[in-house]
Amino acid sequence: MGRIVLDKVKKSFGEVTVIPPLDLEINDGEFVVFVGPSGCGKSTLLRLIAGLEDVSDGVIQIDGKDATDVPPAKRGLAMVFQSYALYPHMTVRKNIAFPLRMAGLDQAEQNKRVEQAAAVLNLTDYLERRPGQLSGGQRQRVAIGRAIVREPAAFLFDEPLSNLDAALRVGMRLEISELHKRLKTTMIYVTHDQVEAMTMADKIVVLQAGVIEQVGSPLELYSRPRNTFVAGFIGSPKMNLIGGAEAQKHNAQTIGIRPEHIEISTTEGMWKGTVGVSEHLGSDTFFHVQTPISEEPLTVRATGEMSLGYGADVYLTPRPEFLHRFDAQGLRIE
Amino acid sequence: MATKHSRSAARLMMAPAVILLLGWMLVPLTMTLYFSFKRYLPLRGDSLENGLQWVGLENYARFIGSSAFWPSVQATLVIVGGVLLITVVFGIFLAILLDQPFWGQGIVRLLVIAPFFVMPTVSALVWKNMFMDPVNGILAHLWRFFGAEPVSWLSDASVQSIILIVSWQWLPFATLILLTAIQSLDSEQLEAAEMDGAPPVKRFWFIILPHLSRAITIVVLIQTIFLLSIFAEIFVTTGGAFGTRTLTYLIFQRVVDSQNIGLGSAGGVYAIILANIVAIFLMRIVGSNLDR
Repeated sequence: MGRIVLDKVKKSFGEVTVIPPLDLEINDGEFVVFVGPSGCGKSTLLRLIAGLEDVSDGVIQIDGKDATDVPPAKRGLAMVFQSYALYPHMTVRKNIAFPLRMAGLDQAEQNKRVEQAAAVLNLTDYLERRPGQLSGGQRQRVAIGRAIVREPAAFLFDEPLSNLDAALRVGMRLEISELHKRLKTTMIYVTHDQVEAMTMADKIVVLQAGVIEQVGSPLELYSRPRNTFVAGFIGSPKMNLIGGAEAQKHNAQTIGIRPEHIEISTTEGMWKGTVGVSEHLGSDTFFHVQTPISEEPLTVRATGEMSLGYGADVYLTPRPEFLHRFDAQGLRIE
Repeated sequence: MATKHSRSAARLMMAPAVILLLGWMLVPLTMTLYFSFKRYLPLRGDSLENGLQWVGLENYARFIGSSAFWPSVQATLVIVGGVLLITVVFGIFLAILLDQPFWGQGIVRLLVIAPFFVMPTVSALVWKNMFMDPVNGILAHLWRFFGAEPVSWLSDASVQSIILIVSWQWLPFATLILLTAIQSLDSEQLEAAEMDGAPPVKRFWFIILPHLSRAITIVVLIQTIFLLSIFAEIFVTTGGAFGTRTLTYLIFQRVVDSQNIGLGSAGGVYAIILANIVAIFLMRIVGSNLDR
């Protein structure tokens, strides 16, 4: 009902290849997140799946059928845009009913479905308003409502939360996850925010320059990043990547250790360093520690509140079982 | 910015401009009103120095009682309505075409705007002599090429011809305004409609046209103001004959041809009333459209 397969899909704009041939399988009911830095081709990939861009080469299959040349409306997919793309001159009711009206459903059926969707999304009181009279979060929900009334094979989200403020974003994140649990429909979600990716996804696809760097569950990506790019991109704060002599000791070009996997002590440890800036979050404290083993300061997390003065001497000890090793190509060494 | 002091300073500085504009409007208006109640026939020796004879509402009665009055109002409305219809419909069509990416877009857009820069007198002459002349005009040649009898446009289809000429002049204006409006449409809205299953015609009807409604009302409003007073096109082509005598032209004839300033002034006051009726209607429509 929502299995999407990309087979050697390629996209170029003129001379520029945005997505070199790429294979990807998305299973029915999965929540897949495309994540990557801006300009990595994740939105383009989504638009290829939606049919808003033509593929230059390769095949897109939806539910086993070749959909490469099928127009967007016939693919059975619904999309939520970054700008929401609501129709400003229509009321919320008409906005949500638009795809049904285009499909030629009768008025009673339209109303029934719109009201169902509105109930799910807490929009019942706003049905007669225009998008201009709604807040950002409500507009977002209208856009989602317009997508769910069609009962699509899969939902496509193009950075839907990037226009919301931080508090609202957390709320909408939960709502979308909740929706997915309830509808059990395939969802493809594009974001540049790795926190969104980690919290929402069943499967994360990390992209860089149109190339898939790694596909896997959030925890797989966290605990076994395939290369230095994924290692640096997934996790917050970023993984410390250390090269040079210290890495040589572990027979690697680069070693990586996450801030939460370093023990900090004032008396003894493997690496000696001086504390730079410390960030107190209450639940955690992050220290930026300058050490002789790398030019960049290392980020270290201490649970709870811990006070160390600026310039204080500390000792750091990485937990060996969480040490990641990468070779000269940046690939993971097991 | 909005302190009491700065506001009064702003008023003071704007005052000269406001007073000048007000004078510019009020002096001719008062003079027109004044003359409209007087007998003023310069060829019969009436002049301001000798004092003008007060005739009350006689001029008004004569102007409206003349057999030319109602046909002139009708001609005015037909021409204004016809030009509005053609410019808006074709303006939308052209705007959509020009919005598509194509080679030489910049030059084509410039060419489309060009007719707007041609003086009305010149464009009317060009149309009259080059296109619509029943002997040497391009249209006459075209008709003959297909074996048809050339049409003498300006006498047999005079009102239509005037509408055509004026539409040609105003189409660029409508196109330009509508083009900028189309360009301001968020492309994601069209993509969303496409995903929602709307084919191109429905996308136009449900998304593009409502988006343009504001621009269309502005085009209609501005054009109406200018079209009510078209004159040169009629003067150069038909000279007001063959049913093309608009209210403006009738007033001109009363004042200049018949040398009856009082009668013409009364007609001017009627023209003001007509313009205001049209303006009130338009403002109602535009107002409800702009509020949204």
